[in-house]
Amino acid sequence: MDRRKFLKITLSTIGGLTGLKLEAKAIKTDYDWNEHNYTFVVDSTKCIGCGRCVIACKIENDVPLEPHYFRTWVERYSWYDGDILKVDSPDGGFYGFSDPDPDTDRKVKKSYFVPKLCNQCENPPCVQVCPVGATYRTPDGVVLVDEDYCIGCRYCIQACPYGARYIYPVDGSVESRKNTADKCTFCYHRITKGSKPACVVVCPVQARRIFDIEDAEKSIEFHEIMDKNRVSVLKSELGTKPRVFYIGIDSEVR
Amino acid sequence: MEGFIYPNEAEIGWGILIVLYPYISGIIAGSFLVASLYKLFNVDSLKPVFRLSLLISLAFLIATNFPLISHLGHPERAFEIIITPHLSSAMAIFGYDAFFLLSILLFIILYEYRKDIVNLATQSSGIKGIFYRILTLGDYDISEKALKSDNKLAFYIMWVAFPSVIFLHGYVGFIFGSVKANPWWNTSLMPLIFLFSGIVSGMALVLLIYVVIFRTGRDEINLTCFETLANLLLFFLVIDVALELLELAHFMYLQEEGIELIYGLITDKLFITFFILQIGSGGIIPVVMLVSGKISKSMNFKKFVYILSSLFVLIGVLAMRWNVIIGGQIISKSMRGFSSYHLPILGQEGLIMAAISLVIPFVLLGVLIKLFPVRDNLE
Repeated sequence: MDRRKFLKITLSTIGGLTGLKLEAKAIKTDYDWNEHNYTFVVDSTKCIGCGRCVIACKIENDVPLEPHYFRTWVERYSWYDGDILKVDSPDGGFYGFSDPDPDTDRKVKKSYFVPKLCNQCENPPCVQVCPVGATYRTPDGVVLVDEDYCIGCRYCIQACPYGARYIYPVDGSVESRKNTADKCTFCYHRITKGSKPACVVVCPVQARRIFDIEDAEKSIEFHEIMDKNRVSVLKSELGTKPRVFYIGIDSEVR
Repeated sequence: MEGFIYPNEAEIGWGILIVLYPYISGIIAGSFLVASLYKLFNVDSLKPVFRLSLLISLAFLIATNFPLISHLGHPERAFEIIITPHLSSAMAIFGYDAFFLLSILLFIILYEYRKDIVNLATQSSGIKGIFYRILTLGDYDISEKALKSDNKLAFYIMWVAFPSVIFLHGYVGFIFGSVKANPWWNTSLMPLIFLFSGIVSGMALVLLIYVVIFRTGRDEINLTCFETLANLLLFFLVIDVALELLELAHFMYLQEEGIELIYGLITDKLFITFFILQIGSGGIIPVVMLVSGKISKSMNFKKFVYILSSLFVLIGVLAMRWNVIIGGQIISKSMRGFSSYHLPILGQEGLIMAAISLVIPFVLLGVLIKLFPVRDNLE
């Protein structure tokens, strides 16, 4: 018996005897990534652009607060009279959104928010180009970066068509991540313990939802959404096969 | 910043060092082609620059690693590319090709310099003597028969090295050309353009260094060799310019997604470096100058235009690398705007580091020329 196992059993026994219950999830180590498959649905028609997801993500994942590093961000698409489209994402939507263009008299015809995150592609170009295999796709469908292995060449950043990656800055708070590629992981540290990603938890309108389609109940729920809505993925023409599905966006959303 | 860019695109990932890396490695394609034309394709007029071309190839091949490694976020992990490569990555394969090429280039130089090395090993003492004695690999046989068989072996190794060099630089183009997310990079012509621009830059540099060595030395330029180099430069430059213009025509004709950005890029953001430095003074003007030199009977005029054209070509190819690498990154992958790039003076990706990266191959070349005489074999 190794030391870790011995400690676990001893602590559980003591905990049980004294009436304390160790939270199983907190020490759960038997997560099998072959038994899960995650997919994400963004309902653009529900998003109100509050930016809570951006804030939650930054806090949860120690993403530097400086404006141009994001694991997730929110874009706004505004159509004005004359079919003029304006796209913006001030500070990634961190502070929410104000009037898109206060100087114009043009009327806004249509406007909506589009939350963005890593698409966890089934055919991820970022994984293909990594020269050392530091970035990889897990069997449960999430693209991760091994920060102890990444050489910081930035090829994955060039290859990602969605701008979902950045280099973790040297003044960031996580030592091991400095100068390595960083990206959305669907909050892997949370989902592998049965929790939801931070952005999903804080979204007040359920515009962001995650499904483990290996879970029968969640799978039914996911397929119901897919069956009842017109759903698209971003830049499907590139053959990346994204696993983040969007409801209610125009083809102009890239 | 202009229009809309993805927030993470505010930071340009590949800066000046990655502009210099294909520039330095491109030189090898040209200089090694010169060496190959003499050794493998019997272009005897290139004999005076054969050794020089080999040394330039070696110096630049070693030096190309400097900007490549120093731009990494974790340079200390650089060897992982060789030790634990991810074989689907274009970058990992480049590492192997470069490493392989370095080894065989060293062999070629050892065989080419057999006689000199053995002579120097027996004549020199101290550290210099030890150095040359190591390079003899313990074999001091420089009889006619031994030299002939060495020469034969060098010939065969050269046949392995030649396609490797061509592949290496085409592959550098592939590293960029295979990025499907980027409309300015994603073209099948990219490897060819990198290869041919590399060839012309290398040839131009061989010509210039050859002139510099002989201007400062006691010998005279071998005019047949000089003229052959200029002819080759012209030949490959015409192909290079044609390919670059064809790529432009391809973009303009296809009018695919991102064309507005490409148009904005070349007419505004990169106007000077693209139309003036790359296509104009780096391409069309040197072609005209080289042709005029070719038809002129005045040797002084020939010398003047060949040297000037080579300089222009070297600047033009550097501009081309800038246009591809920086240009490709200031285009937003959202296809809705431009980010911007400012070259810092200091820092890991600054102007000073860039200057050091550019000087290193010349310092290395100086050392190599000192160790392996290029003159003795010149005619």
